[in-house]
Amino acid sequence: MLAQLPVTYRNEREYPFCPGCGHGLVLNALNRALIESAADPKRTVLVTDIGCQGLSDQYFVTHAFHGLHGRSIAYATGIKLVDPDLNVIVLMGDGGAGIGGAHLLNAARRNIGLTVLVFNNFNFGMTGGEHSVTTPTGGVTTTTRSGNLERPLDLCATVVVNGAGFAWRGTAYDKDLADVIVEALQSRSFALLDIWELCTAYYVPNNKLTRTTLTTMRETVGMAAGVVGRAERPEYARALREAGASQAGQPALRPDPLVPIFASALDREFRLVIAGSAGGKVRSTARMVGEAAVLSGLWATQEDSYPVTVQTGHSLSELIFSPREILYTGIARPDALALVSEEGRRAAGHYLVALTPESWLFVTPQFVDLETPARKLVFDFDVTGVRGVKKHGALLLVSAALRVLDLFPLAACEAAIRRTQRSPIAEENLEIVRQGAAVVADRLGRGS
Amino acid sequence: MREFIDGATAIARGALDAGCDFFAGYPISPATPLLLHMIRELPKVGGVAIQAEDEIASISMCIGAAMTGARALTATSGPGISLYSENIGLAIMGEVPLVIVDAQRMGPATGGATTPAQGDVQFVRWGTSGGYPIIALAPSSVAECYSLTRRAFDLAERFRVPVFLLTDKAMCLSMSTVEIEQYERPPVRPRVQAPAAPSGDLGLRPEESFLPWRFDPLDRPPPFSAFGGAHIMRFTGSSHDEHGILTKDPVRVGQLNEHLWRKIADHASEIELVRADLQPDARTLLVSYGITARAMAEAAQTARARGQRVSALTVQSLWPVPAHALLAAARGASGDVPVERMVVAELNLGEFRREVEREIYAWAARERRVAPEIVGLHRVDGELITPEQFLETIRA
Ligand SMILES: Cc1ncc(C[n+]2csc(CCOP(=O)(O)OP(=O)(O)O)c2C)c(N)n1
Ligand code: SF4
Ligand SMILES: [Mg+2]
Repeated sequence: MLAQLPVTYRNEREYPFCPGCGHGLVLNALNRALIESAADPKRTVLVTDIGCQGLSDQYFVTHAFHGLHGRSIAYATGIKLVDPDLNVIVLMGDGGAGIGGAHLLNAARRNIGLTVLVFNNFNFGMTGGEHSVTTPTGGVTTTTRSGNLERPLDLCATVVVNGAGFAWRGTAYDKDLADVIVEALQSRSFALLDIWELCTAYYVPNNKLTRTTLTTMRETVGMAAGVVGRAERPEYARALREAGASQAGQPALRPDPLVPIFASALDREFRLVIAGSAGGKVRSTARMVGEAAVLSGLWATQEDSYPVTVQTGHSLSELIFSPREILYTGIARPDALALVSEEGRRAAGHYLVALTPESWLFVTPQFVDLETPARKLVFDFDVTGVRGVKKHGALLLVSAALRVLDLFPLAACEAAIRRTQRSPIAEENLEIVRQGAAVVADRLGRGS
Repeated sequence: MREFIDGATAIARGALDAGCDFFAGYPISPATPLLLHMIRELPKVGGVAIQAEDEIASISMCIGAAMTGARALTATSGPGISLYSENIGLAIMGEVPLVIVDAQRMGPATGGATTPAQGDVQFVRWGTSGGYPIIALAPSSVAECYSLTRRAFDLAERFRVPVFLLTDKAMCLSMSTVEIEQYERPPVRPRVQAPAAPSGDLGLRPEESFLPWRFDPLDRPPPFSAFGGAHIMRFTGSSHDEHGILTKDPVRVGQLNEHLWRKIADHASEIELVRADLQPDARTLLVSYGITARAMAEAAQTARARGQRVSALTVQSLWPVPAHALLAAARGASGDVPVERMVVAELNLGEFRREVEREIYAWAARERRVAPEIVGLHRVDGELITPEQFLETIRA
């Protein structure tokens, strides 16, 4: 416990506000609330917005954060997430509540434990009395000269309907304001106080607003007063930490070493492009082949392309294998192209036309008539008895291709499958690799 | 031992190893994998990661977190950097240690999200009002994605300034092979902390114990004290005095702004980082960075295998511009036979070339000598600059 608490949380600096401005009254109530709740100044942060009320960071003996217009709730969220036991109090205007509306809504939805005091004077004081999101319909401001046509935002109803733990509406003149602030601080939830007050420089003279009409205005605009909502919900900053607590101490993103236990005779860069369709396991096949190459002592790169609507259209993977580090990863002309589907053929059109008699082209029977100068091999996997030949087309065709190309042993592919995939998927894929390679043995008459 | 890994994973691991314990971000290609990594990994190290409601909230939360003592990271692409803009200024003014990954996309606005791109070089430097300096690094390999992320945290902590890591889809999302032993592990030195408060000090009168914004000397960031820590801390985006109170005093305002400039400018040589691959008597010096530097390295190998002489400079620190290294490379490997031609290659229409021209022409004017010819090799069609394109520019 603290040996000694401040007798006041105000420092010696005088407020800068116009005579009769409501801001000072709210700050005085805040001071009384801090005294009453025996807040530790070193565990209390005032996060102020921009505007006349935003100047408030300079008048207290607590920590203070004075950021940008409308973002105070977002800074306060960052502070609270790092240190959930801090008292984090946001002081913002109706202007800040408007420009920072997204933060207000989302802080309420999260129910993050911030106490938000909205110094609501129905206009932008600091910039010269322009209208704000809370200016009542008909309200005269420098930007609504014949009366505001917009409807005022009901801040309390908005945060309550979106999950805030506490919401209250009143005025800077209410005797119980300090008590309400204490209650908000103790609520350990997102608590918003919509505090109506007077801007004597602008809104008051333009609208003949007085302390009395301030209260009657609530009825005219149809907004509730007092405690508007109270809800028991978990406080977000603590809940987020608790949700992650079970993972504490687990190793985070450690290297995943591939020990080369196979060998390759490849003596130059080799570029393989796999062109198929979404859902055809093109990328996972490429990933497995890339790992297999590394397990064989090679360097490998893999680049995938596919439409943003990932479950439809083409899926193209480009692989490079090399005995040396690979610098440039662009491919002008593949050494081998595996076509699994019509969508893949269209996406790989520029590669297809680049093939030469030295290139390899591996295709499924649908492309039997495709004209190419490349060495073309057509494989029919329907004979394998693998179920779902289409779904496994990429893995079957690439297994066959690797069997022909002999870049590295197929056992490396099997090892790559075993290290990353779990049974029964691993067993299924191992069988597909074997079947794909076996088709080659049958077709070329080589032993398996 | 080797690894088959993409750049985003290497950046995330670099951040975790650098002690990063806070992340806030908003999904956007090609930066989304960083958000996913940090959401998954940070709870394991006792940190916090959150998907914010938008990019303005992302960077705002990071700033709040960093001033509460966290090592904060955020990641986005060009459209998100646009939304960060105002808060980048706040982070400069408030001397916030913060690392920002910009996974660039091609062209303005939504542009090309999934093509290699390097168009944000000038944007990150001048992306907020006032014109004050930031630091920007650009990895050109997956191993550097790791090491330069560590370095970004080191620089952010030491200089209390936002540090950008400029990268792109090709770097972040492509898999490549890394020799695990080759990951460099530069130190991450923590921000200088304020001395502990005298016992029993409530910190109610900051003027008597700790002045959070005293710069002594002017080129050094002030010692740090976190919200909730031993001292009362006042943070503000307004021009402020030593206490963090708004001021218009011309002497102090001048000092503050000079401080924000000099803490980076006076230390540019400590920040500068390049990889110089210079060959004696080379007439051509290739200059590049990021993904494009890989094609440059391959072209240099090919050229030399053909018997041509060529030098290559990979720039890892784009801001502040590594002036010493640029001049040293332009002077030639031996230091007395300057190159005749410099080729600056990048996936934009000359953003870094402007900086090279500025430095080199000023040097030539100072020393009353003929400046090397400076030519640009540019590409903005979403494809990489090829080694062949580099080879065509080499004057052997
Ligand atoms: C991004 C941005 N836009 C505009 C401004 C100018 N500005 C300063 S204060 C303010 C409105 C303040 O109104 P309010 O929040 O109601 O505070 P009050 O002055 O009434 O207390 C505006 C628009 C700014 N500082 N930043
Ligand atoms: S302009 Fe209005 S809000 Fe600002 S200090 Fe004066 S009365 Fe208060
Ligand atoms: Mg206002």
